[in-house]
Amino acid sequence: MTHVTPDWAAEWAAGSGEPLRFLEPDGGLVRPDLPRPPDDLVREALRLMLLSRALDEKCTNLHRQGRLGLYAPVHGQEAAVVGSHLAIDPAVDWLVPASREQPAMLRHGWALDRMLASFLGRIDAARIPDHVRMLPRQQSIAAQLPHAVGIAWATSIRGLDGVTLAYCGDGATSEGDFHEACNLAGVMGVPLVLVVINNQYAISTPVSRQTRATRLADRARGYGFPGVAVDGDDLFAVYEVARQAVERARAGQGPTMIEAVTYRMSFHNTSDNPSLYRDPSEVAEAGQRDPVARLVAYATGAGVIRPDAIEVVEAEVRAEVEAALDQALSYPAPGPEEIFRHVFAD
Amino acid sequence: MSAQKDVTLLEAVRVALSDAMEDSDRVVLLGQDVGRRGGVFRATEGLSARFPGRVLDTPLAEGAIVGSSIGLAIGGLVPVAEIQFLGFLHQAFHQVTQQLARYRFRTRGRFHLPVTIRAPYGGGLRMPEFHPDSLESQLANVPGLKVVTPAFADDAYSLLRAAIRDPDPVLFLEPQRLYRSVRGRVPSDGATDGDFGARMRRHGDDLLLVSWGPSVHTCLAAADELEERHAVRSAVLDLRWLSPLDHARLHQEAAVRRRVAVVHEGVRSAGLGAEVVASLQESLCDTISLPILRVTAPDTPYPPGRLEDAFLPSQENIVEAALHVMDRP
Ligand SMILES: Cc1ncc(C[n+]2csc(CCOP(=O)(O)OP(=O)(O)O)c2C)c(N)n1
Ligand SMILES: [Mg+2]
Repeated sequence: MTHVTPDWAAEWAAGSGEPLRFLEPDGGLVRPDLPRPPDDLVREALRLMLLSRALDEKCTNLHRQGRLGLYAPVHGQEAAVVGSHLAIDPAVDWLVPASREQPAMLRHGWALDRMLASFLGRIDAARIPDHVRMLPRQQSIAAQLPHAVGIAWATSIRGLDGVTLAYCGDGATSEGDFHEACNLAGVMGVPLVLVVINNQYAISTPVSRQTRATRLADRARGYGFPGVAVDGDDLFAVYEVARQAVERARAGQGPTMIEAVTYRMSFHNTSDNPSLYRDPSEVAEAGQRDPVARLVAYATGAGVIRPDAIEVVEAEVRAEVEAALDQALSYPAPGPEEIFRHVFAD
Repeated sequence: MSAQKDVTLLEAVRVALSDAMEDSDRVVLLGQDVGRRGGVFRATEGLSARFPGRVLDTPLAEGAIVGSSIGLAIGGLVPVAEIQFLGFLHQAFHQVTQQLARYRFRTRGRFHLPVTIRAPYGGGLRMPEFHPDSLESQLANVPGLKVVTPAFADDAYSLLRAAIRDPDPVLFLEPQRLYRSVRGRVPSDGATDGDFGARMRRHGDDLLLVSWGPSVHTCLAAADELEERHAVRSAVLDLRWLSPLDHARLHQEAAVRRRVAVVHEGVRSAGLGAEVVASLQESLCDTISLPILRVTAPDTPYPPGRLEDAFLPSQENIVEAALHVMDRP
């Protein structure tokens, strides 16, 4: 793994092509002088990552009980999602999710009970509140990317503050929308940070079947803006790269692409059976790089959080999910008349 | 209305864009070659100089034009996008049908998209393949989109102003062969009235011809011939809004004449004419037996220019269909 320098993007581009890494899988720092998020941010991140795990577990169980429709877990991708979102300010910045960025959506201001309401089909309770600058989950792969470019473009045309943080998957990079969006973003120099969550799979299709290129981040060069690959299971590397990308965007220096190299530890969604297409040894090996375990090892080792506090946080986030679920279930289910509302302005 | 300017349909489009930009600095134009070139038909000529930074030349990518318009609208602007020719809207079709049309519904009203997409369409100019295609039925089939097309210069102005003012997405289809051949008056003070619903373009008690866009003029010529040569007095109803359709007006005008022909340049099967026929049958089936025919392009790809006269519905085709429905008991 390449070690970071202040000019990470240039160094990365000229270097081995290996994703940037700050934190070793055992929680040790690759080098002692690397930038680290402040301790309270580390604690916030850890809590959010544990909440995300608890949410995955709950929603998967609810699906098995027939109480919730399809669910796509975050499992394995928590550092990539949380680390990048920590770099933006929900009060001024826009979030454009793909679909499995639950902890980013929560941190952006969509309350947990509202998110659960969306999984439970309580569509009106799930409405994104007016003050939350966030698009809904997108079911059409990559279609959100031109929207993100448009929002960022509007921000610069109107002379407003605010960066747009958009996500997509490795599979999404094969879609035409990915190309058209990146190209337009580069031409217009819009304040956009695009995080490509490379979790190695699009359902059953491995990334080697999406592209012959070794690194998705290399594509950024073809659009005329920097791209960098980071170890997506390393919260610190993801955060630092995202922070610098957001800084560039705020300074009017245009878009950045970040490829967060990670692994989808779980199924694609609750209807999928990954044993049909991937070897258990591959999953076990990826488990060695687990982003939550890595952060816990760092945080407890460095005295950022006491080892016995981890269980406390785990219990707290489980209780938080339970309470939010009760709240979500109390919202009314939509009646058939809802079909006719919001087609056009009333 | 106060003073009026005499303009072509193309100029009416330009005046509407310019007035809309004057009225609100949120209105921006985007598309291929819309800036210094002023668009391939010069619909946006002069606007980039007059409104610096608000006429945005884009890369050659229809999906990005429509997709980024969605983001521009969410970001607080009122985008008017030009698709150089309607036939190339297919390159953006998923952004139109999956995204633009559904954002309000999907987000339960959290976001709505005041986006206008302008696109020239229709035959008669000996254009290369794709450039003359009439795809309005494919768009009218999409809930959440409005589709409108003017046949006259005054309508081009007022309907485009209405489209830009609309809080929801509107496809504004511009009949390219009428751009310079049709003239009319537009208000010099920006006032418009009567923006919604169908319009009667010619009165006549015997027969109703229903059409929109370029073929309204073919219907008017056919109606004159029917009156002069066959003593058949035809009314010509210009639907203007293809989605939502003005069903009430359509039913009312058909019921009093009891003989109808519907005329369009799009292909026949699953064309919008079938919708007009179905709407009339459903509303009148308990009361009236209604002889009704379609006059349309055939179910073939749009042919090369030198064959397009055989493809497009002609005055002769309309007269023949009209006499046929007049012959019914
Ligand atoms: C345009 C489109 N094609 C196909 C699908 C079906 N589909 C849903 S998710 C998915 C894979 C997406 O892979 P990736 O972009 O890597 O995201 P990930 O699921 O790994 O997060 C596919 C093919 C879809 N939703 N949209
Ligand atoms: Mg993937």
